[in-house]
Amino acid sequence: MKAQRKIDVYALTWRLPIILWQLLFFVGPVVFMIVISFFVVKNYRMTEAFEFVNWERMLTRGYFWDSYWYTLFIASLSATIAMIVAFPASWALAFRASETQRRWAVFLLIIPFFTSYLVRTFSWYVILAESGVLNAILGYVGLGPFKMLNTHFGTIIGYLTLTLPLAVILQTITMANIDKTLIEAARNLGCKPLATIWRVVLPLSKTGFIVAALFCFILAFGDFVAPFYLGGSQEPTLPILILDTTKSGQQWPRAAVVAIMMMATLFTIAFTAIVLAYRKPKGTNA
Amino acid sequence: MKVRGSNVALGLYVALIFTFVFAPIVFSLVFSFNSQRFPTIPLGEFSTEWYVKIFNDEDVWKAVRNSVIVSTSTAVLATVLGFCTAYTDFRYNFRFKGPYLALILLPPTIPLIIMALAMLAWLSRIGMSGQLWSIILAHSVLTAPFAMAIIRLRLHQMDPDLEAAAWNLGGTEWQAMRHVIVPFCAPAIVSALCLTAAVSFDEFAVAWFVSGLNKTVPIVILEIVQGNIDPTVNAIGTFVFLTSMTLVILAQLIFISRQIKSHS
Repeated sequence: MKAQRKIDVYALTWRLPIILWQLLFFVGPVVFMIVISFFVVKNYRMTEAFEFVNWERMLTRGYFWDSYWYTLFIASLSATIAMIVAFPASWALAFRASETQRRWAVFLLIIPFFTSYLVRTFSWYVILAESGVLNAILGYVGLGPFKMLNTHFGTIIGYLTLTLPLAVILQTITMANIDKTLIEAARNLGCKPLATIWRVVLPLSKTGFIVAALFCFILAFGDFVAPFYLGGSQEPTLPILILDTTKSGQQWPRAAVVAIMMMATLFTIAFTAIVLAYRKPKGTNA
Repeated sequence: MKVRGSNVALGLYVALIFTFVFAPIVFSLVFSFNSQRFPTIPLGEFSTEWYVKIFNDEDVWKAVRNSVIVSTSTAVLATVLGFCTAYTDFRYNFRFKGPYLALILLPPTIPLIIMALAMLAWLSRIGMSGQLWSIILAHSVLTAPFAMAIIRLRLHQMDPDLEAAAWNLGGTEWQAMRHVIVPFCAPAIVSALCLTAAVSFDEFAVAWFVSGLNKTVPIVILEIVQGNIDPTVNAIGTFVFLTSMTLVILAQLIFISRQIKSHS
């Protein structure tokens, strides 16, 4: 017997509005951005066209590729640093802290993740400045002053402000879910602490860690505030390139080219990461 | 002995991480009451100069009003959208459910600067950019996934038979929704309202691109920061921190407290 194909008003009420809303205000914008990358700008006005001039213009320019590789490099570097710096803390929260302490830690770390990143970056600007707080403190012990603003260091501090809380949260949750008896078993069988991390904990938390690293990468890759204010934008990242091209030149089509290149890169990396994250390790049947 | 030593070291390390994460927030608060133009250590005198300055600034007030309108409208819109999706995911299985969920969950994975450009181009095209509600439209898309996630987590704790029981007792689907599902989700709904309001209140990239001349608080901050060092940013920043932190803390507390209650 085939189910009757009656229109279920109730079900559609909950389902349809979002589809329309997202098509209009999410799919629409993204698709249109791809479309305008083929438009041309004449006398500061965008005119409909189907030409590859913007693509040619951007992709044959050295500064675009410099910016592209630099962004890829600095975002990967900061994601790696975030993962490494977060690890001991996540380890402590997952294995040494009590359940209550862990909950509180995650509770506290969620707050800055949703709290004005812009103001926090500006605060770092003041802290890291030539005559700022950090150099003043270092001065008391006879060090410095160091130039920290307008350097890669500044950019990475900014990225970490954005990504470190998330890295700790995701790593902690991942490791807290590991079956503790597996770790005890490894230790009882004579596995050294570092070897336990390397051969037991990390393989068991692979999926969570790859997802965490991916999020850190995406956030850093797309952020313009840290490289702009703390890195001094001497080497413009792709988001800064989009910002400049859109705001100062009215060159939306060229900015769209940069944005599409960024999205293509992100999707490739995200896809690879997710395939790696969910691939079963060799030699297991689980 | 060895474990205790390593526990102390790890404890200090965790403290260090928390210091890094919270230092900018604390310094912004401290500097907002500091008399120096360029704040450093040792601190200058206690002063409310910067607060007085922003309090008398017409533009700041206008921005606050805009931000309140945008974040409350966004919160309501995003929570309704999030609720519909969460409920659909909880209750139904259908073809293309994967793409359906992707449609609502994907926006936060796309960098804001890209969404900003895409929204600006599209909203200008359909004649909807440069208005206060342009920000609301864009923010609803960006924040709905957070609302969806919170409400979906709550529905996950619900016994699906509860709804069926309501139908068996003669209720219509609409009545079951009103008397069973919505009350059960109430804490998650309030929590989602707070969180989406906080995210919208803080968002500056998309807002800056699509708002035209209607500035919200983060846009005012962005413009001040682009000029010279101006300590009024710390005063506005502290206000922003307090608002969004309160919302995020409320969102978490409301969600957690109900969870504990329903478990005991």
